[in-house]
Amino acid sequence: MDHEHNCWQCGSADAGSLFCRYCNSLQAPIPDYYAFFGLPRTLSVDTDELQNRFYSMSRLLHPDRFTRRSEQERRYSLEASSILNDAYRVLRDPIRRAEYVLKEAGYEIGEQRSKDVPPELLEEVFELNMALDELRMGDDGVLPQLDEMRRRFLEMLAAIDAALETKFQRHDTRPDDGGKAEVLEEIKSALHRRRYIRNLVNEVDRQLSSRNA
Amino acid sequence: MSTFQIDFSAARRKRIVGIDLGTTNSLVAFMDVTGPEVIPGADASRLVPSVVSLNDGNGFVVGEAARRLLIDRPERTVYSVKRLMGRGVEDVREELKLFPFRIAEGSEQVIRLELGGRRFTPPEISAQVLRELKKRAEEYLGEEVTQAVITVPAYFNDAQRQATKDAGRIAGLEVLRLVNEPTAASLAYGLDKRNDGVVAVYDLGGGTFDISILRLREGIFEVLATNGDTHLGGDDIDNRLLAIALEDIATEWGQDVSGRGEAVQTVRRAVIEAKEKLSFVPTAVIDVEFEGKRYQREIARDLFESLIRDIVDRTLGPCRQAMRDAGLEPEQIDEVVMVGGSTRIPLVRSAVEVLFRAKPHTELNPDEVVALGAAVQAAILSGDVEDKLLLDVTPLSLGIETMGGVVSKLIHRNSTIPASATEVFTTSVDGQQNVLIHVLQGERELVKDCRSLARFDLKGIDPMPAGMARVEVRFMIDANGILNVTARELRSGKEQSVEVKPSYGLTDAQVEAMIVEAYDKAEEDFRARQVREAQVEADSILAAVEKARASGAWLRLDDGERASIDLALNELQMVYHGDDHHLIRSRIEKLDHATRKLAESMMNTAVREALKGTRI
Repeated sequence: MDHEHNCWQCGSADAGSLFCRYCNSLQAPIPDYYAFFGLPRTLSVDTDELQNRFYSMSRLLHPDRFTRRSEQERRYSLEASSILNDAYRVLRDPIRRAEYVLKEAGYEIGEQRSKDVPPELLEEVFELNMALDELRMGDDGVLPQLDEMRRRFLEMLAAIDAALETKFQRHDTRPDDGGKAEVLEEIKSALHRRRYIRNLVNEVDRQLSSRNA
Repeated sequence: MSTFQIDFSAARRKRIVGIDLGTTNSLVAFMDVTGPEVIPGADASRLVPSVVSLNDGNGFVVGEAARRLLIDRPERTVYSVKRLMGRGVEDVREELKLFPFRIAEGSEQVIRLELGGRRFTPPEISAQVLRELKKRAEEYLGEEVTQAVITVPAYFNDAQRQATKDAGRIAGLEVLRLVNEPTAASLAYGLDKRNDGVVAVYDLGGGTFDISILRLREGIFEVLATNGDTHLGGDDIDNRLLAIALEDIATEWGQDVSGRGEAVQTVRRAVIEAKEKLSFVPTAVIDVEFEGKRYQREIARDLFESLIRDIVDRTLGPCRQAMRDAGLEPEQIDEVVMVGGSTRIPLVRSAVEVLFRAKPHTELNPDEVVALGAAVQAAILSGDVEDKLLLDVTPLSLGIETMGGVVSKLIHRNSTIPASATEVFTTSVDGQQNVLIHVLQGERELVKDCRSLARFDLKGIDPMPAGMARVEVRFMIDANGILNVTARELRSGKEQSVEVKPSYGLTDAQVEAMIVEAYDKAEEDFRARQVREAQVEADSILAAVEKARASGAWLRLDDGERASIDLALNELQMVYHGDDHHLIRSRIEKLDHATRKLAESMMNTAVREALKGTRI
């Protein structure tokens, strides 16, 4: 994906992304993760291909390659490598990738610790809090129950991940001008649910490990 | 004799050396045409003990000579200073019980060590070791060396890295890159082994422990996870044996010597010797002689192992954590590489073998492998090695203080560097013009449990209602693992320069002042060397003239010629012991001129002699 701009070094128009196609000097990096990798904005990503691109772009952009170049290019190399690394970290992980796409599309992604319990989970959360209270008061009798709940939460996570995968494909096949927004909205609420359950599992793990300590 | 001098310096690229600045020993290496090589000293030694001693003339003695002074002049000699790099006095309270560091008053921000009545920061002491290595390299390579790659423990935090960079600057070295020690080691190993796979590097040095897990693919060395303990190493093992020996001595001699520097150093050397032997033989003797008294104790390997087992076990937790962070099981680790002198200990090797279920590699000398890797990285930077690239990670998470003393993480540990994060700050009170930002490093939730990296003020915000201002702050961890911060006011778009004041460490101005001081000394050293070189030249011509007096050629000179030679000779001898190398050289030239005819005559004689009996 080329960005129209003039090369800072030789002044040529349509210099091209990464390196100027005329004088080969490193250009200011594009901050968008997909554009930077030259990938279409899809939620499903071939991670093997992504890794190949990451390696070959690292070879070109890493600061090690610019030790003896101009100050300006060294700065661009640092910026470009940090974007490359950040982008790779986000795009290789389906959840972070989806969050990134949502955020860039202008959706507010909830805070890490959201207080809104998804309604369908109300009963489970109530039960869990009771059990954790009893554990804190020293009642080890709730341990089997906690284990069972933890297992159920993990199952829910797996189910959400599988559903997300289909939603990703649905999003990618819809045209830009219609339908995408609707799927993104669904993904957003699935991610919210997922984050909530993930936090519950973490809480159980924390309580169990502090009891063992 | 005149030589034709060709100056290649403009055409040739400046050489970058690789330096392993260790707790116990340091080394310098370079990339030769055949591969990385450790640069030996004039005495053929490859390791420079990281020991610095201040002599009576207020000059420094470094390395082996300083190590010998540990016993005679413990109050003017420092070792293991790496343990203090980038630390505040609070951080090293535990160390101080075990190490004879003399901390000067007023060391809250930056530790200052007292040495012969003067005060030095740890970077200044380390700079002396670096200068010694620089000199070594310059003498060996026959050219000035000003650029280096220096290795640091992977688990070093920002302040410790910055302190290492400062040490380089003080020593007159531009530090082009800080490389993590285990990663450097993998580069040295990766040179011979071209196969791709997952490698764990276990690095137990004198004072630090690191574990790094890397994926090697087509010349890319990608660190997946790193962990460690910057306060765990061979020194701790020495201290165990030392405590036992000192206790024994107190009983046997009826005298507690633990408070006496020379005695402790003598015993320390004896236990280190015994420890090193125990890696190769089943029993060794701690043998101490001090002020006419003798202490001897046999230590069997079994006992030694039971003494140090918990120290070795402390390395296993970080190894497991690193595997978890990399998302790998022990079976998925293809190779294990051992680095650091302490990995010679059989108990360490067997513990690693059990944990990773693989026989560790020990082909390369564990003392040298890090320096060799640093030389490879230097060659990558100079462009001499093009097919390899290191992608390292930050060992610790970076965050900022938020409400209630909680840390909000911006860059997570094991993120590939360079890495960055952007955060928008606003004001909480109407008309507020400053926002104070507190940057921390560490894995814990609360500010008090993390390491304070820096505090800085975003100043000059235009007065406006609370929450209206928007200042975007960009945190960037560079390829050295060092934090850089920039800020931008989003309304005006004006870039704000942020002065990050390190919580522990030297300010730029302080480092600058130290460079000047070191540079003055360098000037002195340089002049002394030039005088010495001129003297060496004078020696050779004086000896040649002396030898010529006995030759037939001398007799063939007339009186006037002989007198002018004697005059020139006297004139040279008169300035020989002075400190002006220009003067010595001009007198050498004069003598050279006066003896020209003598030399020609001798040459002819020599030719005639050589031709005698030769049939043409």
